[in-house]
Amino acid sequence: MDIDLILRVYPFFLEAALVTIELSILTALLGLTCGAFGAAARLSRLAVLRWIAAAYVSVFRGTPALIQIFILYFGGPQIGIQLDSFAAGTIALGVNIGAYMTETIRGAIVSVDKGQTEAARTLGMSRSETMRKIILPQAARMMIRPLGVNINALIKGTALVAPISVIELTYTAQRFIGSTYKPFEMFFLSGLLYMVIIYVVGQGINWLDRRAQIV
Amino acid sequence: MGLDFSVVPSYFGLLLMGAGWTVAITICAGILSFVGGIVFAVIALYSHWTLRLPVRAFVWLFMGTPLLLQLFLIYFGLIQVGIDLPAFLAGVIGLGLHFAVYNSELIQVSILAVDKGQYEGARTLGLSRGQTLRRVVIPQAVHAVIPPMGNNMIALLKDSALVSVIGVMELTLAAQQAISRTYRPFEFYLAAAFCYYIINLALEAGLRRLERRIAASR
Repeated sequence: MDIDLILRVYPFFLEAALVTIELSILTALLGLTCGAFGAAARLSRLAVLRWIAAAYVSVFRGTPALIQIFILYFGGPQIGIQLDSFAAGTIALGVNIGAYMTETIRGAIVSVDKGQTEAARTLGMSRSETMRKIILPQAARMMIRPLGVNINALIKGTALVAPISVIELTYTAQRFIGSTYKPFEMFFLSGLLYMVIIYVVGQGINWLDRRAQIV
Repeated sequence: MGLDFSVVPSYFGLLLMGAGWTVAITICAGILSFVGGIVFAVIALYSHWTLRLPVRAFVWLFMGTPLLLQLFLIYFGLIQVGIDLPAFLAGVIGLGLHFAVYNSELIQVSILAVDKGQYEGARTLGLSRGQTLRRVVIPQAVHAVIPPMGNNMIALLKDSALVSVIGVMELTLAAQQAISRTYRPFEFYLAAAFCYYIINLALEAGLRRLERRIAASR
């Protein structure tokens, strides 16, 4: 292990870690938004909406995220969508993870006991009131842990924007491997930073989950 | 530049060849991840700590870092210690080990879920520890683990696209080659996505059949 080299290059990796964090946050927000709308559509009374959401989930879960990123970044200009690599990576990853989150959120909502809906409706609540006041609060508690799994996958998934040259952790490792020919040192730095990010986020999710269970 | 899908058919052979390699990688890495998953799980549950500790460190490392970085390490990193693997082999090993780690977690849970009485019964009948695991416990655990492991196989199929980055000539790289000659990224990446989707549907159908057969054999 070449410690001198590590000490020389680590500031670049810290900077790259910030890009990875930024990407993760934006992707998670976009993914949650897509997931919430997707789940609402999947559970809608309108068949068209259900059908569109099912197609969204099937297509985005059925093809590689890397290809989705390439289609948007390299193929986008052909249909008039010109995005820089960071924006293209964020949007493609966010919409991709949104498909997984759609299923997670839908699963949590569906798993709330049917009697809850029936009781609320019997008490005279409207469909949307029942959803907002009875079902969603219970479902929200159940979905924290599985959504945490999605977010963990998402953080590692941000590495996929390295091939379109977003200067995040994986791209930075790759670049320094090319110039120093010391892959283990570079892997060590990048890997360590990924693990720190994932650990911190994991602790945050555990904390949220614990609080949600107490309430 | 608008869209023109009429260029795609002339590269049909190239894409088909790429799809063939994608299937080959998925099968090879899938087998490795299955066997590796069982080995890791048994080590994690039953072995001496001198063996258990390095495996746990390995699992922790592979779960906490991106697959792409792992592929880089295996393909570019091992040269540093004198191991020069061909890209295909590096890709299969990287994907196989990555998913072996996830499979191992699933198998551990299902081994622990096998009734303890089964283990005790087998030992009482005179089977050795190894025999009990191989003939009684693991077969039952593997049954329970087929559906979630099927999900891992589907993830593996899609993640096989990543080995294009280390130069394995599979579907994604085949599409890139067609693009470098035609400058039509949208059409060819879409065609590649379509191929992945079809392979994915076939794999899902196969897994469903397998699950039904297992359910029936019980």
